[in-house]
Amino acid sequence: MSIRTYREALNQAMREEMRRDETIVLMGEEVGFYQGAYKVSKGMLEEFGPMRVLDTPITELGFTGLGVGAAMVGLRPIVEMMTFNFSMLALDQIVDSAAKMLYMSGGQFPVPLVIRGPGGAGHQLAAQHSQALEAWFCHVPGLKVVMPSTAADAKGLLKTSIRDNNPVIFIESEVLYGTRGEVPEGEYLIPLGIADIKRRGKDVTLIAHSRMISVALDAAADLEREGIEVEVIDPRTLRPLDSETLVQSVKKTNRAVIVEEGWPFCGVGAQIVDILQSRAFDYLDAPILRVTGADVPTPYAKNLEHLAFPDKQHVMDAVNKVLYRQPASADAP
Amino acid sequence: MAVKILMPKGSDTMTEGKVLKWLKKEGDQISTGEAVVEIETDKVNMEVEAMGSGMLRKILVQAGKVVPVGELLALIAKPDEDISSLVKSEGSAGAQPPAGSTVPAPAPAAAAPLRPPTNASPVGTDVAPVPHAGPAHAALKGGATPSAQEPANGGRILASPLARRMAQEMGLDLNRIAGSGPAGRIVRQDVERAALLAVGGRAARVPEAGSAGAHPPAPPPALPRRPALVPTGPEFYDEPLSSMRKVIATRLVQSKAPVPHFYLTIEVDMGRAKELRESAKALNPDLGLSYNDIILKACAAALELHPQVNASFQGEAIRYYRRIHLGVAVAVEDGGLITPVIRNCEGKSLQDISREAKDLIARARSRKLNPDEYTGATFSISNLGMMGIEEFSAVINPPEGAILAVGAVAEKPVVVKGQVEVGLRCRMTLSCDHRVVDGATGAKFLQTLKQILENPVYLAF
Repeated sequence: MSIRTYREALNQAMREEMRRDETIVLMGEEVGFYQGAYKVSKGMLEEFGPMRVLDTPITELGFTGLGVGAAMVGLRPIVEMMTFNFSMLALDQIVDSAAKMLYMSGGQFPVPLVIRGPGGAGHQLAAQHSQALEAWFCHVPGLKVVMPSTAADAKGLLKTSIRDNNPVIFIESEVLYGTRGEVPEGEYLIPLGIADIKRRGKDVTLIAHSRMISVALDAAADLEREGIEVEVIDPRTLRPLDSETLVQSVKKTNRAVIVEEGWPFCGVGAQIVDILQSRAFDYLDAPILRVTGADVPTPYAKNLEHLAFPDKQHVMDAVNKVLYRQPASADAP
Repeated sequence: MAVKILMPKGSDTMTEGKVLKWLKKEGDQISTGEAVVEIETDKVNMEVEAMGSGMLRKILVQAGKVVPVGELLALIAKPDEDISSLVKSEGSAGAQPPAGSTVPAPAPAAAAPLRPPTNASPVGTDVAPVPHAGPAHAALKGGATPSAQEPANGGRILASPLARRMAQEMGLDLNRIAGSGPAGRIVRQDVERAALLAVGGRAARVPEAGSAGAHPPAPPPALPRRPALVPTGPEFYDEPLSSMRKVIATRLVQSKAPVPHFYLTIEVDMGRAKELRESAKALNPDLGLSYNDIILKACAAALELHPQVNASFQGEAIRYYRRIHLGVAVAVEDGGLITPVIRNCEGKSLQDISREAKDLIARARSRKLNPDEYTGATFSISNLGMMGIEEFSAVINPPEGAILAVGAVAEKPVVVKGQVEVGLRCRMTLSCDHRVVDGATGAKFLQTLKQILENPVYLAF
């Protein structure tokens, strides 16, 4: 166990896997010579050489297609999106080829492909470069969607994703790259589809993923001072989703708040609400509430950007609401 | 225009009701809000009030008859108004009462917090705010509107799915629960509070119930003379369950299976018990009279006065024991617990009980009891005082109806006539099987026990 950044944990996961299995290759814009736009692939070109760490042109559709084809014929490619905003250009390959190939080929062509890179809101990156698009991928049968919130989860989940025989959309958080945490050395695998209870509580279930976990934990810490015990659950894998853990928690707490950075309409939280209301209806003591990004293109202006994404106060307000409780702070509306 | 008086739907579960008594007769002048007829629902008796003024023209259902909810019971109209068509069409009237036609006025006996029937004016109905508002409730008040002030919700009771399920499981009527959530939604804590009140209210129908916090407790009644307990006949007698007792039993089991416990705690001044120990020691140092011995004897004496607590739930009957067999929970040396039984305590002196307890406890610790020495208790005592436990709640040893948990006898500051003094106190908690022992019954037993322990000379009588 050692303290590493989220970025280093991802790097370690890829290196360990590439040392173990020479069919694994990494490709993407600036992953090699430049050491990665966010330095996640630092040192990998030096270690594995240009045959396994490939700089690609700025052609997301093209190199994602290359990755799908390579995966079909026996390699296990990791395709890096410089950010997931650019994955939109590759959607045809992701949705229509990667996700469906196994099905359409009658099981002949599995696509063991990882598409990874940062997603979510940045700092003043504005409408086109600051958005959470995970709901798009969650919608597609045939894709797995993984979003780690800690350095340890980043390592354990990426190693498992690389070994998975299905296409995995692995969305990191640009804002979390520099955060540190304890990371187990060596063989550390976290199965996909298993949620992690980041904090135990009995009064309300707070479900969040990726960067929103830190927002949720901050809110939980503040609420603890008011005597509210919040259970914070990180699904870690949005698809397959660990419904059972979520349902069991809500059966215990009788109330849930779901936090996500993305837009509200048809968001990840909407799906979780559906699962909870159908499987825990008789246990709910309050409507399930969602805290989401605002239903607008992300503003560039700092003050407006701040208003567009969930923060601690939004989460606390929602928790108080499902608890039928007046917030303790005097300045509350 | 004629005003109909219909059989009201007094609760969610009510499908029919009985006309008990007409309070007015045909030809009487009736004004709005006046009680016209008394009916019996599946839960309570209540009066039905007129929703309009006029003359009671026609009574269609005579006293004693049971009719479905929504049935036309009577018509109020002007003296010369033609009501023949209404009287005729009555037979085909729907089962649901039209909105606003009647206001069921619940009988005062209804103890649970009452939600006003939807569409009804709160005037004249028992819609007092939920009592026992704790801090959590107070915190809610600012944002939550009590349902009493809410407009109708189209006849539907607003309740969370959890609250609905809990109410159903506990057999509580949502109509009678005030909601504290938005728009008067009934939520979990409302059901829990109603359940507590339903249990407490049923048990403690004594006038002082619920006002204990506001007034100093009434002085305890003078200790009655100890009855001459001469056991005759069989070991016990079975009293068949009343129907109310059956309902209480069923509901409480639903809420906490298999034995629905509740707990009562009392603090006892042990000053005189200490003196008793000391004088006993002076008389006979070998006896080694302990607080536990005194408490055992006092319990036996209190049980003689409160045989309802020396009882056991038997499914279709409550068994009242004519003997007092006291179980004493003893921790076994290498782990575990056993409850040796001191039999027939009703006839035993303090000295006898002390000797027997010592012998049994010593042999229990070393697991040298015969089976007949640890079975058949009618009431048990668990004492963790020697471990420094101030107070605790013990789990009932079925099929007994109650168990007394005794905490440490300890010095502590007490207020006596406005002055802080050093007092010797012991806290005792009675766990009761609510199917057998009601709140007031258990409380009276504890009151007597306290009296005896505070005046142990009683034991010498």
